[in-house]
Amino acid sequence: MRVLLFGPLRDLAGWRERTLASPPPSLAALKAALAREDLALGEALDRPGVQAAVNKAIVRRDAILSADAEVAFLPPMSGG
Amino acid sequence: MAAFCQGRRDVGAVVSFTGLVRGEDETVQALELEAYAGFTDLEIGAMADAAAVRHGLIDVLIVHRIGRMVPGDPIVFVATAAAHRRAAFEAADQLMDYLKSRAPFWKKSHGATGERWIEPRPQDYQDAARWDDVPAPGSLKDRR
Repeated sequence: MRVLLFGPLRDLAGWRERTLASPPPSLAALKAALAREDLALGEALDRPGVQAAVNKAIVRRDAILSADAEVAFLPPMSGG
Repeated sequence: MAAFCQGRRDVGAVVSFTGLVRGEDETVQALELEAYAGFTDLEIGAMADAAAVRHGLIDVLIVHRIGRMVPGDPIVFVATAAAHRRAAFEAADQLMDYLKSRAPFWKKSHGATGERWIEPRPQDYQDAARWDDVPAPGSLKDRR
C-alpha cells in the first residue's frame, strides 16, 4: 500500500510517500495508524477540507482498502 | 492554436487565455505548484470535457505548468474553439474560474519572509460558483 501526502500535509509530516509493510484494512484504520505515529499529522488529516483519494478516486466516507491500494491525502486545493 | 482551425469549416471562434505568475509585491520571489500525477490531469481533463459539453465546444485545450515559477512566467494556457464566440468566451472563463479555485493543485509562495501555502481568494470561489447549477445564496440578487 502506498500512502501519499500533498501540500501542507507533506510539509507537516516531512514525507511525500510511504510504502506500508502491514497495510491497514480501511481508510479509518490507516488514519488511526498514521496518527499513532504522528499525532500532528493525525489531527491534520481530520481537518475540514482534507480529502482522501483511493486509487486516484476521491472517497467520501470510510472505505475498505486492498493491500495494494494507493491512498492519497489531499488538503484543500488552492487552484493554480 | 493552428490545430484548432486547420481544415475545419465549423469553427468560427477560437478564444485563448494565458495566465502568468504575478508578483503580489516585491517580497514574492517564486511560486511552487504541486500536483498529483495521474489525478490532477484526470480531473482537469474531466472538467475540460464537461465544459465542452456544456458550452457546445468543438475543441478545448488546457496546458498547465507545475513546479517552481517566478513572476512573469506563464503558468496556464486555455484555448476553446466553438462555432460562435459566446460559447468560446464563456467556456474559457468557466475553465479559468475552475482552475483558479477548484483544480487539484497546491500552491506555495516563496518570498523574503519565507514560504506560505496559498488558499484561493474569496473572489475565485465566487467566480467558480457562478457556473454552478444550484444558485449560490445571494446570486439571485445579482441577476435582478
